[in-house]
Amino acid sequence: MSQRRCAEVGAVAEGQELPPLQVRLTRADLVRYAGASGDFNPIHWSDRAARDAGLPDVIAHGMLTMALATRLVTNWAGDPGAVVDCAVRFTRPVVVADNADGALLELSGKVTKRRDDGSVVVAITARAAGQMVLGQATATVWVK
Amino acid sequence: MALDASFVGRCYPTAATYQVGREKIREFAEAIGDDNAVYRDPDAARAAGYADLVAPPTFAMILVLRTQEELINDPKLGLDYRRMVHGSQSFTHHRPITAGDELSATLHVDGIRAMGGNDMLTVRCEITDSAGDPVTTARAMLVVRGDDQ
Repeated sequence: MSQRRCAEVGAVAEGQELPPLQVRLTRADLVRYAGASGDFNPIHWSDRAARDAGLPDVIAHGMLTMALATRLVTNWAGDPGAVVDCAVRFTRPVVVADNADGALLELSGKVTKRRDDGSVVVAITARAAGQMVLGQATATVWVK
Repeated sequence: MALDASFVGRCYPTAATYQVGREKIREFAEAIGDDNAVYRDPDAARAAGYADLVAPPTFAMILVLRTQEELINDPKLGLDYRRMVHGSQSFTHHRPITAGDELSATLHVDGIRAMGGNDMLTVRCEITDSAGDPVTTARAMLVVRGDDQ
């Protein structure tokens, strides 16, 4: 299993933009992610717990935001096994109101580096309510 | 309220191994809204050269959380979970995780430092397979907010 898996994305140039991704998150999505990941921290589903923690409202799991940011990259790469590294800083919470609109997460990405070893670095931008919610979000992808 | 810096270097292994199941991968992929066939259809995964369904890159967080619970629940560390915030997270995959893997995970406390009234905990989770070979290295910064914030 140690052979390198490479994304078939054609010629890749620095500055190339990935197809953007928009995801609407509602409370139901947070509950679903809580169950799937095993992260049952109540600030992600209880108004009371969120208030007690000093938050304006229930917030999305940082790891759900990271998973969606990574999905932007695997959508482009096709083969998730080619995405060998991903890293984010959680800079601002994604507040999810208890209504049908919830929160809209807007993701975009750009190839910022092409390394000699055949990998590329993608810088990811994640916005909610017009503000950046991740910092220094990157993924490393092996390409053909 | 500062955390005990002597905890640097401690390890928290999970008590039991984690069996990666097809349905858990499907459930996780559905929770992140990802319809990539290699997460859902074993034939598609095999056609792509995998042994079985592939786990999305952040699936490994399931194991990280299990080991972090051991750390958080260690009464000697005195960490207040309600004040804990996830500062950063990274995953380096030495190979993809696939259904059928039997994984072990150990959390290492790499650093504890006080900054601006908060405690910053740097942790690293090493995930290995049943042969003991490295699968994933996950690093996190956990921030424990100070009393007055």
